[in-house]
Amino acid sequence: MYTYTDFDERFVRNRVAEFRAQVARRIAGHLTEDEFKPLRLMNGLYLQLHAYMLRVAIPYGTLNAAQMRQLAMIADRWDRGYGHFTTRQNIQFNWPELRDVPDMLDALADVGMHAIQTSGNTIRNVTADHFAGAAADEIEDPRPYAELLRQWSTDHPEFQFLPRKFKIAVTGSPNDRAVTRAHDIGLRMVRDASGAPGFEVIVGGGLGRTPMVGKVLNPFLPREDLLPYVEAIVSVYNLLGRRDNKYKARIKITVHEHGIDEIRRLVNERFEQIRPTIPPIDPEYFAQIEQSFALPVFRAAPVDGYEATRAADPAFRAWTDTNLAPHRAEGHAIVSISLKSHGATPGDATSEQMRIMAKLAERYGHDELRISHEQNVILPHVHKSDLPAIYAQLRAAGLATANIGLVSDIIACPGMDYCALATARSIPVAQEIAMRFDELKLEHEIGPLKIKISGCINACGHHHVGHIGILGLDRAGVENYQITLGGDGTETTVIGERAGPGFSADEIVPAVERLVLGYLDLREAPDETFIEAYRRLGAAPFKAFLYPQEAKANAA
Amino acid sequence: MTRDFTPKVVTASALLEGDAVWLTEDDRWTRNMAEAELIEDEAHGDIRLLFAQSQSETVVGAYLADAKAGEAGPEPIHFREAFRTRGPSNYRHGKQEAGPNF
Ligand code: SF4
Repeated sequence: MYTYTDFDERFVRNRVAEFRAQVARRIAGHLTEDEFKPLRLMNGLYLQLHAYMLRVAIPYGTLNAAQMRQLAMIADRWDRGYGHFTTRQNIQFNWPELRDVPDMLDALADVGMHAIQTSGNTIRNVTADHFAGAAADEIEDPRPYAELLRQWSTDHPEFQFLPRKFKIAVTGSPNDRAVTRAHDIGLRMVRDASGAPGFEVIVGGGLGRTPMVGKVLNPFLPREDLLPYVEAIVSVYNLLGRRDNKYKARIKITVHEHGIDEIRRLVNERFEQIRPTIPPIDPEYFAQIEQSFALPVFRAAPVDGYEATRAADPAFRAWTDTNLAPHRAEGHAIVSISLKSHGATPGDATSEQMRIMAKLAERYGHDELRISHEQNVILPHVHKSDLPAIYAQLRAAGLATANIGLVSDIIACPGMDYCALATARSIPVAQEIAMRFDELKLEHEIGPLKIKISGCINACGHHHVGHIGILGLDRAGVENYQITLGGDGTETTVIGERAGPGFSADEIVPAVERLVLGYLDLREAPDETFIEAYRRLGAAPFKAFLYPQEAKANAA
Repeated sequence: MTRDFTPKVVTASALLEGDAVWLTEDDRWTRNMAEAELIEDEAHGDIRLLFAQSQSETVVGAYLADAKAGEAGPEPIHFREAFRTRGPSNYRHGKQEAGPNF
């Protein structure tokens, strides 16, 4: 794992000291809120509905046990004993007091973390495939490149005041788990004809008010050109992006208005111009970065115990069926720890749970943890013989829910329970759907299904790319929920289609239930998933489940 | 009293804690909305808002929110404002922790 150099350390410490002075001046009345607000946002401090919120970056979703423990300590000491993991692989603390924030930032710096550029019109935390470095289907670990991008983008003098925020996602695998097509820039590792790895560069994707699937700007970018090329894209956007209208300021609109061919022409022109001025990455330096992500030494050991426990314990078996993913090394698995126990807040972990996950990572997982954009925690490198012990400890901590990828593994943004921008709540809807399907005991029979909920049009809950998306709105002073169908956030990204009129808070869970139970009747075979059935049949039969009255009226 | 004016309260976030506060008739900031001043006149509302906005050392982001007269004092109309008097619905954190009213 990458550890801070002296340069990184000094930069972050200086920033904390600077912010400490700014907070003091604000409290003493020497700074107005108008003066202070951009300063606190630069340091990840938001003001929400009930309190301040500190958003901490977890670069490319990777952290070690010491960092996780420190997050737990911060949650206990300055917050309410828990943290909320987000769809951007960040963690948010919902209850800090203004006076304490500089101390929290210092505590983060102690373990090489910070909250810089988690807000504002800058390049945000670079996200990555949460299975990076472990996945069986991976071409190469994308994190050394993500780290390079982190270093390049942090405090980049030209890109602190972009037209709008800017999000980059990277994956090293053809199976896209990083939603690269819904980012301002998506980087997907591919091989050229000779087998050399490079990046497919996707630009102009994004959700929010105007959802768009990213377009391929360059089908194959050699790896060594990554920084000058990305610099060229952001610099073209910086000039061309609209500053007159907040809703038209993201690069997706720039691409839409100018066309991908014109953007490509401008980027290439800029690239040729700046490439000679940007020194190529020192191979020795890059090798050092790569070294910090080197694979651990995997042990060869028998997996008989694992198989025996699987055969003997149905609960363990169910958990291994849903929560494990194929690992690149023989005898190993990737473990997804669900932060979605039925009825809990998606993405929340208590400090106690954080400590247990840290301990498990240390003891069994080569000191590595990942945060997924689906708001779960990953132990990327686990030997299968350790799984029974891991499972037992997770279970004791309420962390062994066997539901990864199932109906209750719901993404939900904080919504109006916390977020000042929200138009409705999303957490209670997620909680109720999960509880309802748990009660029906149908979750495993239903199989893979992605429900994603956002509390406003900004779409932090990725509802557009949910198989079932739910968007909370305010309709004449009442919470109202709109359903979209058929969205997909993988390499075959599709923006979901709006099903029809919204549902009230009382109606939304029964509507989802009708939809999912209806699917069970429609599927050709138990292994035809919801999204496959939807693609085969189209929206009509699903809409009929949502709006039975109308379906009846039409039939009459 | 102006016609067609929905009564208002002045509300904001406390500078240090960041939680919801409401302006009282005697220029205090209260954490109990029922103690707030119910403003029934538009021009008076503007004056009170200006006063609130001058309190930058105590509060952040003051605005006028629709309210109605209740038994104990002003009550919220919009659900967002109702949540602000309580706290989140997933944990008993925020104002609801203290009050027996919730
Ligand atoms: S989608 Fe809207 S409500 Fe949800 S976190 Fe984002 S801005 Fe807030």
